[in-house]
Amino acid sequence: MFKWKSILLHLGLIAGLLLSIFPFYWLLVMATRTTSDIYSFPPKLWFGPHLLDNVSRVLSSIDFFGAFWNTLFVAAACTLLVLFFDSLAGFTFAKFQFPGKKWLFVLLLATMMAPAQLSLVPSFVIMAEFGWVGSYKALIIPGMVNAFGIFWIRQYAQESVPSELLDAGKIDGCGFFRLYWNISLPILRPALSFLAAFTFIGVWNDYLWPLIILNDESKFTLQVALSSLNGIYTTDYSMVIAGTLLAVIPLIVMFLFISKQFISDIAAGAIKS
Amino acid sequence: MDNPLLNHTPVEHKPVPKKSKSQDRLSAQIWKHRKEYLAISPFYILFAIFGLFPIAFSMFLSFQKWDGIGEMTFNGLNNYQFMLTDPEFWRAVGNTLLIWIYSTIPMLFIALVVAFLLNASFVRFRTFFRIGYFLPNVTSLVAVAIVFGTVFSNNYGLLNYILSLFGLNSVEWLNKTWGIQLAISVMVIWRWAGYNAIIYLAGLQSIPTVLYEAAKIDGASGIQSFFKITIPNLRPIILFTVITSTIGGMQIFTEPQVLVGNDGGVSGGGLTIVLYLYREAFVNNYFGYGAAVGWGMFVLIALFSIVNWKMVQGNPSND
Repeated sequence: MFKWKSILLHLGLIAGLLLSIFPFYWLLVMATRTTSDIYSFPPKLWFGPHLLDNVSRVLSSIDFFGAFWNTLFVAAACTLLVLFFDSLAGFTFAKFQFPGKKWLFVLLLATMMAPAQLSLVPSFVIMAEFGWVGSYKALIIPGMVNAFGIFWIRQYAQESVPSELLDAGKIDGCGFFRLYWNISLPILRPALSFLAAFTFIGVWNDYLWPLIILNDESKFTLQVALSSLNGIYTTDYSMVIAGTLLAVIPLIVMFLFISKQFISDIAAGAIKS
Repeated sequence: MDNPLLNHTPVEHKPVPKKSKSQDRLSAQIWKHRKEYLAISPFYILFAIFGLFPIAFSMFLSFQKWDGIGEMTFNGLNNYQFMLTDPEFWRAVGNTLLIWIYSTIPMLFIALVVAFLLNASFVRFRTFFRIGYFLPNVTSLVAVAIVFGTVFSNNYGLLNYILSLFGLNSVEWLNKTWGIQLAISVMVIWRWAGYNAIIYLAGLQSIPTVLYEAAKIDGASGIQSFFKITIPNLRPIILFTVITSTIGGMQIFTEPQVLVGNDGGVSGGGLTIVLYLYREAFVNNYFGYGAAVGWGMFVLIALFSIVNWKMVQGNPSND
């Protein structure tokens, strides 16, 4: 009885898992096929020999590596800045008392409710005023510090950075910045690595804002380049699919390395908020 | 540097007009803590420039007629009037709500089931399953839309092949209102069911097992303890997922835009509110109107969140 229940449950979980994984498999299969294979009846469900051919057509149609580096640059810059500013502020909120602190923190939490789409048009106008349209500044600077990360670091710092350690540091003559940089930052590392992954994935996959801001093809991020590839080469679909595969692989590889910790942190973050 | 922090840190919680002594003390306090203020200031400065100001500015813009290049002209409530009388806008609102319903209800249901299965004490390879279920969530929406485009393709897609196996005629999914909405919903479900399952699972695991043991001793059945222990304890988390999926659902853009383009497809069934906003503002260059649509959307999200909140809060089993 118990055994049957267990088998049934695992079968259910495996069925769900297959549905979850299938689009990746399908993407991989299509990337190794020709366009007419993709639309053939019955569909080809096993790998074909055309992967390299498709990939080389991607590389000759768009500057794929250019878009890749652009995305990497924007995502890395954003992530580093977020790590610095969020941890600095989160640490300060967790470990220091100053007038108006509670009020400022409530304000910070309240800003999380402000819907981004409301300010889509005016934000674009502001960027135009600054002369930042078409520039990565428009992608990086507004995103270089955020309320969620500050909240996340504060929660972690409160629990894990001992006040005694900071007091000892003060006695040894550490200034504010050294208390943060030399003493607390190493302790905050687990919280920082989640924040880094979370930010990096978010920026890497961002589409609407870069689509509005970037107007020069040589500056496209992967998502925008991919979408324009999809829009232009409607007949060479196996090539579009190969491009999609190339764009998806780096993030999935990265995710698989960090997945275990990342998933627990996602859940912990949701439960806390 | 003569303390610029004093200018933008609103620290005086109670206005003290006469007691200049305590005011002095306060500013001395602020000066003493200048490093702390400096450390937290980037967020507030950036939020003022890129968060708060755009909101105020969009209010102003929504009363203007402007193509983004030429002169701005005041046109009163015309933008709002046009919005409220434009059938396309209401179409977009209807589409968004439908897609939200088609996607959120199955998604959260599936997530709950998966979470329960994963929470069973005898599940093996739990970590492996968790990673597999979560993987769709880190994949870019553009890529997801391109892949699902081949599944829901009008003529020779995978789904039409499956239909043909059952002797059914193929369907032009992306040309039909319900077809495109189904395709978008399936993408949303695929991408977010695992994410929500992980969150529910964490919620389930945070319920103290003592509660179940006590209930068992008191003679409660499995179903009773599900409704009296599991659901009430899970409610804040369910509320969280409902709110986040509402906010996400109201902002669906990439799926229809990549799948069927800026007009939401031949049938217009994929025209969501954000796609409509994007098209009016950034394709047709009606910037003032785009700002007004932003406000329309804001009101809608607010109303909708309140309704959701009431619904999830308002059916207490017994508390």
